[in-house]
Amino acid sequence: MTTSYPSNSKVGTFRIRDCVLVTVNNEIDDSSVLEMESNLTEEIVRLPTRGVVIDISQLDIVDTFTGRMLGALAKMSRILDARTVVVGMRPAVAITLVELGMNLNDLETALNVDHAMRRIEEASAEGP
Amino acid sequence: MDSGGKWFLALQTPEDVTRARAVATRAMESIGASVLKKTRFVTAVSEIARNTVQHGGGGTAEFMTDHLRGERAIIAVFRDTGPGIEDIERALSDRYSTAGGMGLGLGGAKRLSDLFNITSTPGDGCEVRLGSTAI
Repeated sequence: MTTSYPSNSKVGTFRIRDCVLVTVNNEIDDSSVLEMESNLTEEIVRLPTRGVVIDISQLDIVDTFTGRMLGALAKMSRILDARTVVVGMRPAVAITLVELGMNLNDLETALNVDHAMRRIEEASAEGP
Repeated sequence: MDSGGKWFLALQTPEDVTRARAVATRAMESIGASVLKKTRFVTAVSEIARNTVQHGGGGTAEFMTDHLRGERAIIAVFRDTGPGIEDIERALSDRYSTAGGMGLGLGGAKRLSDLFNITSTPGDGCEVRLGSTAI
């Protein structure tokens, strides 16, 4: 089953089995980032959710605000018993984040959505 | 060959910060910047544009083509008429934050730029100058 929320076109939220997939548009602004945070936490508890996959492949840049939001989302979803994996980070974005001095040690990343989903499903198949 | 591009925009809202990133992207592309230089500069612009809106109470951004160390470059100038910065050295140090952030914005923007200059008179706003070469 797939549910999408067209109200905010800068962020797409879709449900794939028990994962929530979030796609972030490059035109995203700070207020949509905050809106996404609250929408996503609500979605995690609305239906059983094992994982959250955030696709940032469309983002040309990740600054301290967006980086902080990604870190916060990972922590929030962990508290709500879901695992967050960020996918599609561009190489130049990764380099820039390190130069910025962002500490994103808590953030789990994967190459693409497929890898992330597989990792989440394999982990939950193995049990707690 | 040098078209001498110039871009100007007002910075009042979070949407304007997004717009500043788009303009910075276009400016860097106009001088044939590498992907990494473009990413670093647009990130720095995003940090400073957000500061202008959040701490400076709004202001303006101006982008122009120029030369730095003999290379084609983009210079961005941000101006606001907010409270200004009392201790610039302290504001530039990492982890110093007045707005509950991580305090990495200003120092981070400096690290990501080839030119960084900040002048401020307390009570009379702030001017930040960022520059990046194309390669």
